[in-house]
Amino acid sequence: MHEYTEKIRDAAKRLLKEGKVDTFIGFKKGSVPMMNEPALITDPDKADLLHWDSNCGLNLCNYLTKRTDRIGIIANGCTSRNIVTHIIENQIKREQLYIVGIPCTGMIDPRAIKRAVKFKEILDVEEKDGRIIVKGNGLEESFEKRAFLQKNCAICLHRNPVIYDEMVGEKAPEQQEIESFKDVKKIEVMGSDDKWGFFTRMISSCIRCYACRNACPLCYCTTCFVDEAQPQWVGKSIDPTDTMTFHILRAFHCAGRCTDCEACERACPMGINVRQFTKKLNKDALELFSWEAGMSEDQRPPMDVYKTDDYNDFIK
Amino acid sequence: MIKKLFTGSDWVDALKKTGDLYKIFVPVREGDFHNFRPLEQGTKPNFDFYNTRLSPKSIVYPQSERMFESLNDPEAPDKGILKEAAKDYAPRAIVGIRPCDAQAFQIVKRNFDNPEYRDPWWVRRFESTILVGLGCNDPCPTCFCSSVGGGPFHEEYLDVMLYDLGDKFLAKSITEKGEEFLSKVIGGSPADDTALKKAEALGPAAIEKITSTLSSDKLKDKTVTGLFNAPFWDEVAFSCINCGTCTFLCPTCWCFDIQDEVYGKQADRIRNWDTCMSPLFTLEGSGHNPRENKFQRVRQRFMHKLKYYPDKYNNGVQCSGCGRCVRYCPVNIDIRQVAKLMNEY
Repeated sequence: MHEYTEKIRDAAKRLLKEGKVDTFIGFKKGSVPMMNEPALITDPDKADLLHWDSNCGLNLCNYLTKRTDRIGIIANGCTSRNIVTHIIENQIKREQLYIVGIPCTGMIDPRAIKRAVKFKEILDVEEKDGRIIVKGNGLEESFEKRAFLQKNCAICLHRNPVIYDEMVGEKAPEQQEIESFKDVKKIEVMGSDDKWGFFTRMISSCIRCYACRNACPLCYCTTCFVDEAQPQWVGKSIDPTDTMTFHILRAFHCAGRCTDCEACERACPMGINVRQFTKKLNKDALELFSWEAGMSEDQRPPMDVYKTDDYNDFIK
Repeated sequence: MIKKLFTGSDWVDALKKTGDLYKIFVPVREGDFHNFRPLEQGTKPNFDFYNTRLSPKSIVYPQSERMFESLNDPEAPDKGILKEAAKDYAPRAIVGIRPCDAQAFQIVKRNFDNPEYRDPWWVRRFESTILVGLGCNDPCPTCFCSSVGGGPFHEEYLDVMLYDLGDKFLAKSITEKGEEFLSKVIGGSPADDTALKKAEALGPAAIEKITSTLSSDKLKDKTVTGLFNAPFWDEVAFSCINCGTCTFLCPTCWCFDIQDEVYGKQADRIRNWDTCMSPLFTLEGSGHNPRENKFQRVRQRFMHKLKYYPDKYNNGVQCSGCGRCVRYCPVNIDIRQVAKLMNEY
């Protein structure tokens, strides 16, 4: 996916020079391996800072919320779906955006790579011909990228942007015969106590830093319910009840809105699989409402519409 | 000075036997990373690590601590009277602490234990803690302890130093507190010359491996307002998502918030770690927020660590170079790059 870097830079330069956008949002190369930093470019001469590779796993839509300028932004499948959600939820206007679409073949899971090299210190990671070459002191290993995808990318069904103004390359072939909810099904068959135990263990290392919430483009409330002081809904210590309340309520706030971009898990310093909460809700949204978030600008998410012809009786 | 040699398993067995005298904290592997946990029945210490994901600061300064308690019971004669909550000051040892994290305690001490203010709980807990360091044979590319007054085998802030010689640990006492501790760790054999020589060579070899620096030499000469109004803060802060990862993982971040919580008839006054990255940190009762914008909060973190603290205490920056914020910032804001911008401004 390296070859997109030049095309992204060219697009940013052109758009900024032509005055089509005031700012351009993309990634610049990070200072540590397998990390890139979201960047805002306003000067076309600085467009060469822009970079793209398989370590751009944060969701750039997060940086669009309530902006008032005209913005160029790069978007792969999941980011574009969050942009659609942002447009529907009035967080940004389509007219403000110039979307440079990226056909995505998935992001690398840095944790999986670290495990594969047995936690030896990695100094450099290169991508070449679908392979990842990892280097360190006395370490050089090569892995097939496909086997080291971020978990959401491995099951991704929408690699190409759903809205865009131009594309940096041919559309990526979509993955076939994907079983999206294997992990959710495993939890669904558990009894209540086991489920509770599973989720309690899962979040036991949470330090309430809110990186998951803050990395999520859906979490744009001016004041999050956990930060409310009057009334205070949730305690602020690391009491397990409060921590669980935060995670469960946050997930419910994302019901029918989550695009499974995995920014939350990627951001978590403790490696908590917070997607286990949202994925269940994604599965429900799909099964109950045939809904996948952010696929169309013309349809509102199921949790914020009321239809008089709803087939359910309870709502009439 | 005590110098003793232990094999890995002897060392752990000997530590376990001090159980009645000290509460021992050791690095334990938890999935993809290590953290310090109490050495209890079934604990598997693992000294094969770069550094723990969370710093050991919580052993002296818990993330959530009950300061006071009172009864929320209308019938109780002492209803609403705050009483100090029971605290644990039992002697403890952090075994395997890296020299950077030990230095961090000294940095924090200037805030919690100075002629003006003395935090009774932090001070008593720190005084009852023995720091048994583990020298870093393999510093990470994100380690920059040697440019902030420390080093991979820096002894100054430790009570005992452990040298990992491959097949054995050499334990060497540094302070009297450390000597007393080691005298109670029964077992091991006297250190022979070969072991001592091997240990001595580790420090210089480790220093060679440090590739990372933090530039701060010119910061003292800058004016506060100059740096405060510098043009780069917006750019530095753009990617920040305002989470608390950097501050919670940092061994030198000490800020806290005090909350009252009620559980039935029990009321607690709790002190929790706070983070200056959150807008809530400075939100005033009136609704006014002096650090309403993200760039102001990001600026505060770096100004505090690299300008206010050095100016106030004249004893280096508020950073011990552990590199956790560099490695785990979800958006890759790198203190080394920000320090360079400030230093060269």
